[in-house]
Amino acid sequence: MDFLFSFFNSIPNAFGQGLIWGIMAIGVYITYKILDVADLTVDGSLATGGAVCALLISMGWNPWLAVLIAILSGMLAGLVTGVLHTTCGIPAILAGILTQLALYSINLRIMAIGDLAVKTKATLAVSVDRSSLLVSSRYIRDMAWNNPLLVLALFVVVVVALLYWFFGTELGSSLRATGVNSAMARAQGINTGRNKVLGLVVSNGLVALAGALLSQYQGSATIDMGRGAIVIGLAAVIIGEVLLDRIFRNFALKLFAAVMGATIYYLVITLVLRLGLESTDLKLLTALVVAVFLTIPHWKGKYFAKSAKMGGSSNA
Amino acid sequence: MLDIKQVYKTFNPGTVNEKTALKGVSLHLNDGDFVTVIGGNGAGKSTLLNAVAGVWPVDQGSISIDGADVTRLPEHKRAGYVGRVFQDPMMGTAATMQIDENLALAARRGKHRTLRPGITRGERDSYQDLLKILDLGLENRLTSKVGLLSGGQRQALTLLMATLQRPQLLLLDEHTAALDPKTAAKVLEATERIVARDRLTTLMITHNMRDAIVHGNRLIMMYEGNIALDISGEDKAKLTVEELLAKFGQVTGSDEADDTLLLG
Repeated sequence: MDFLFSFFNSIPNAFGQGLIWGIMAIGVYITYKILDVADLTVDGSLATGGAVCALLISMGWNPWLAVLIAILSGMLAGLVTGVLHTTCGIPAILAGILTQLALYSINLRIMAIGDLAVKTKATLAVSVDRSSLLVSSRYIRDMAWNNPLLVLALFVVVVVALLYWFFGTELGSSLRATGVNSAMARAQGINTGRNKVLGLVVSNGLVALAGALLSQYQGSATIDMGRGAIVIGLAAVIIGEVLLDRIFRNFALKLFAAVMGATIYYLVITLVLRLGLESTDLKLLTALVVAVFLTIPHWKGKYFAKSAKMGGSSNA
Repeated sequence: MLDIKQVYKTFNPGTVNEKTALKGVSLHLNDGDFVTVIGGNGAGKSTLLNAVAGVWPVDQGSISIDGADVTRLPEHKRAGYVGRVFQDPMMGTAATMQIDENLALAARRGKHRTLRPGITRGERDSYQDLLKILDLGLENRLTSKVGLLSGGQRQALTLLMATLQRPQLLLLDEHTAALDPKTAAKVLEATERIVARDRLTTLMITHNMRDAIVHGNRLIMMYEGNIALDISGEDKAKLTVEELLAKFGQVTGSDEADDTLLLG
């Protein structure tokens, strides 16, 4: 009984986390699904977004402006990875790892800006008592406009709407083509290198937005808030895809599926924590979840190819 | 129209895999020329087309299209001049995008891509009419994913895409080689129709000597990275496969009536 009570008690928080990581997952969706690139920058750019936002808010900035600058800082990180990949010819995964590694040092510096006592800082708190925040987990049970679930849901809707519009434009379509078939894209006059950079910029901007929201939501930015972020983002994208791909055909719905994947992920995490796992066990659990959900479609294709094909031919 | 001057290309220079694919090729195409290109494996046919398309930079020489020097232009910028169909049917289209979306991408070849809609309602209607030319029933499947189409349908669609924006130059790299004979004939027929309709300057590689003779107003044969034969006009019209083989033997000094040419 106690267990059930504590689980139900923490469901709202799971939704809050799920929505924030859902925005992050949409960023991962852009690189992993649309551009066909596994971008590991996100572990760093999530923390950068959080650090920049926490810093500016603690310096008394307007939280909207702080979030905007955080997004721009994430975009800059994506730009660096993109240039390393295209101009310098470094494989995408390695380019992302390099940026991520560099960001670790940079994030420690960012959080110490304005503090004369230290040169680096691993944690930077933002207090909802002293600053005005866009989202805070404190109000998660309040029936009010500042309930973070409401604010976060609005953020998700706006992000999905903007991306739905963007990927329908001439430029957005060319970006999709770049991911599907870059030889064809170039033959159609599409600058695939520039498009890859653009995709990485947009993706990391979204990831930094998630970081900015997360630092406000939990009341602090920490240096390791982005550790393993890519795996959580992938988990969300893959869970959403495996569970909802058959129903969700529309592009906007596919993005929502990633958000739902993130929410489901956090509900499961909350459940197993209540079952007695330590929070430090989560990385192991996340890795297992991603491994399992990546294995399912692979095995489906391999061992049940016949039934899958029959299903496909009815569409043809 | 197309001016290729003394173009050289060596792959993997300085390694054991070094391969000089083009050895000072020069070729001039007049406006409206439909040139078929034949030659054995490794003769440099595809390399020549890729050099024109700008897939990689050439080592030496110059290429100009319609008076514009394109030698240093990257591939995506050269696409403004050039329409291409590849040998591999999977290569010319985006499989997970719809037929109309693929066409809309092609309609913007060589143009600046903006934040305007990627496809408009008016475009969709016009694509429906265009697809009828192919006579493959694709006009009723505008919103189907291209990945669901057969190889022949995808090649025909790629051909349509390559010519949607009238290209200064059309490059066909054995675009029917991967298709069954019946489909290949249909795609060639569509090629002939579109090239004639738009009076396109065309370079078409083929492995099939008969196709090379039947189509176009000029035939060139490549051998060891250079043009070994160049037949046009009256001579081309009267040409037979046997004659072509004999000529090839004369030019190259080999009597092994190249197997790879006869097959295919």
